[in-house]
Amino acid sequence: MKVIVCVKQVPDTNEVKIDPVKGTLIREGVPSILNPDDANALEGALALKDKYDDVNVTVLTMGPPQAEDMLRECLAMGADDAIHLSGREFAGGDTWATSNAIAAAINKMGDYDIIFAGRQAIDGDTAQVGPQIAERLGISQVTYVQNFEIDGNELKIQRQLEDGYEVINAKTPILLTAIKELGEPRYMTVKGIYDSFREKEIKVWGFDHLGIENDQVGLKASPTRVHKSFVPQPKGQGVMLEGSVQEMTEKLVVALKQKHLI
Amino acid sequence: MPIVKDLSSYKNVWVFAEQRQGKIMPVSIELLGEGRKLATETGSELCAILLGYNTEDMAKELIAYGADKVYVADNALLENFTTDAYTKVISDAIYEVKPEIVLMGATHIGRDLAPRVAARVDTGLTADCTQLEIDPEDKKILQTRPAFGGNIMATIVCQGHRPQMSTVRPGVMSKAEMDESRKGEVIALDIKLAKEDVRTEVVEIVKEAKELVSLTDADVIVAGGKGLGKAEGFELLKQLADKMGGVVGASRATVDEGWIDHSHQVGQTGTTVKPTIYIACGISGAIQHIAGMQSSDIIIAINKNASAPIFDVADYGIVGDLYEVVPKLMEALDKGEDLVNALKTA
Ligand SMILES: Cc1cc2nc3c(=O)[nH]c(=O)nc-3n(C[C@H](O)[C@H](O)[C@H](O)COP(=O)(O)OP(=O)(O)OC[C@H]3O[C@@H](n4cnc5c(N)ncnc54)[C@H](O)[C@@H]3O)c2cc1C
Ligand SMILES: Cc1cc2nc3c(=O)[nH]c(=O)nc-3n(C[C@H](O)[C@H](O)[C@H](O)COP(=O)(O)OP(=O)(O)OC[C@H]3O[C@@H](n4cnc5c(N)ncnc54)[C@H](O)[C@@H]3O)c2cc1C
Repeated sequence: MKVIVCVKQVPDTNEVKIDPVKGTLIREGVPSILNPDDANALEGALALKDKYDDVNVTVLTMGPPQAEDMLRECLAMGADDAIHLSGREFAGGDTWATSNAIAAAINKMGDYDIIFAGRQAIDGDTAQVGPQIAERLGISQVTYVQNFEIDGNELKIQRQLEDGYEVINAKTPILLTAIKELGEPRYMTVKGIYDSFREKEIKVWGFDHLGIENDQVGLKASPTRVHKSFVPQPKGQGVMLEGSVQEMTEKLVVALKQKHLI
Repeated sequence: MPIVKDLSSYKNVWVFAEQRQGKIMPVSIELLGEGRKLATETGSELCAILLGYNTEDMAKELIAYGADKVYVADNALLENFTTDAYTKVISDAIYEVKPEIVLMGATHIGRDLAPRVAARVDTGLTADCTQLEIDPEDKKILQTRPAFGGNIMATIVCQGHRPQMSTVRPGVMSKAEMDESRKGEVIALDIKLAKEDVRTEVVEIVKEAKELVSLTDADVIVAGGKGLGKAEGFELLKQLADKMGGVVGASRATVDEGWIDHSHQVGQTGTTVKPTIYIACGISGAIQHIAGMQSSDIIIAINKNASAPIFDVADYGIVGDLYEVVPKLMEALDKGEDLVNALKTA
């Protein structure tokens, strides 16, 4: 069984701060990590490898040169192969263009049974790339996958809903997007780290390798544009209540009563 | 390059009317409220597109909430959402009728469907918008959304492609008013769908929690964070919530601890809420939490640590141990009228 996992390197948004003077995002010194949902997706793929003998897991990313570190991490966790799409042509793409480039690379790779993506990347936050890859490849998709079983080419999938989940029957080839519940990502092993440098290879593919027109990827190909961006306005100063606990709570109740909120 | 289209042939605002088990989802009513505003500003009609089975009553409801036209696809294959069937029917309708703007709720269904449709009809899609406006100059829609976990807001435009598509975060826009006397037109779509087109089969829908609906509809939310220290802490918050006619919310840290179900989670990866009163007890106020509750009318923060970031968004802050503050707050609520009267006579 051939499994592809789409992985993205993202800034660890938990630690991204706003520059109070310039009002811009401070990205210097912010560590880059494997997107959390993608780590769950990779875990879903590696769990298949644990269970069945014939599973090959390839991780695929599109991104700048430093994304290589993340690919090594994926290899050290247990992925078999890694492909790195890299080139200026890809830069600045929206999800239309991003999914187009990734789908072209997958077509180039040939056969596959399951493609995993994360539900969403924590920087762009759109959750669009997975379904758009599936559409370009003409295969079916199930998003928000929290659990699945596979028997031959048939899958039984649990898809999370806001108030529960649905059980879906489907067949390969298919694209699944992973959420946290799919599985706690495993750690890298020492042997895994060693092998990721010595035994395994990262293939770097440039734009020319894909055999598509250069108006199909990157900023040029993107229907959407970021028109402007800004830092959200902090709310006006609130009131800190003072006094003993009894006084504070009583002041609060009075204030809410006077505003007719309770 | 996606094909740039003749923009002038695209007209009207469409709202995808998401239904589950024959009920229109609240976000669709919010989209009709917002869609009416956009339709007025672009001088066009507000339309709903409804897919399902036995849809007659739902179509009437959409008209009562303001749809001028309801495009209906009524078919047993459309009873439950599947990506394949819904994408095909909606894309066919978009090719045929050419809407200028298409809005969908950013629910687990909308976020599955919208990117698939946008890729098929070759257009741009803006995710999880929290504000939509029409540019007075060129009448394009300005779509504003949070990214980087709420650290940055970006306004996105869709240049040469149509329709302009957005998913909209549930709970952010104001609901349309219901008026049963409204008139509208119901138009049956010609459905070209065969069973083989649908490659996934929904075999079961399992409901796990009923609180969720009330979380987005609640006027009062009493939310607990890691500061509760233990799962049992939520029982105290439940008492306060019951007293105020509200429901219990939670931070992700407590969900991760297994103290409470995910359906209670407020925030970027949980539910976005907009109650009249939000009481944050033992919640530090991480950006991902704030992203989901900052448009509450009144935010009250109870936290031991006076420099917790939650106080930056709070209208009223109480520094203290929630296990002391919450019981006292319940006492004060019981005395409510007396406290106000005492103030008047004093
Ligand atoms: C502030 C801001 C707002 C934006 N808003 C929009 C918008 O509304 N609409 C729009 O079309 N674009 C938008 N973009 C552009 C968008 O972020 C990029 O196209 C990005 O490359 C992919 O989107 P994402 O990060 O949201 O990924 P998501 O769609 O959230 O990613 C889902 C999954 O797809 C896979 N994936 C995503 N990117 C890659 C990659 N490079 N390599 C391998 N796998 C990948 C991963 O498995 C990931 O978990 C925005 C960008 C910025 C900076
Ligand atoms: C991609 C991503 C998505 C996320 N999505 C969400 C989300 O949707 N929702 C969400 O909530 N989080 C989300 N998070 C997590 C978020 O970053 C924080 O980790 C989380 O909100 C912290 O929860 P907390 O405030 O309960 O806990 P903590 O940050 O540990 O805060 C506990 C607070 O309780 C106070 N305290 C302790 N004891 C007491 C007491 N006895 N009385 C009063 N106060 C006390 C402390 O002073 C402290 O401020 C996300 C993170 C990431 C990376």
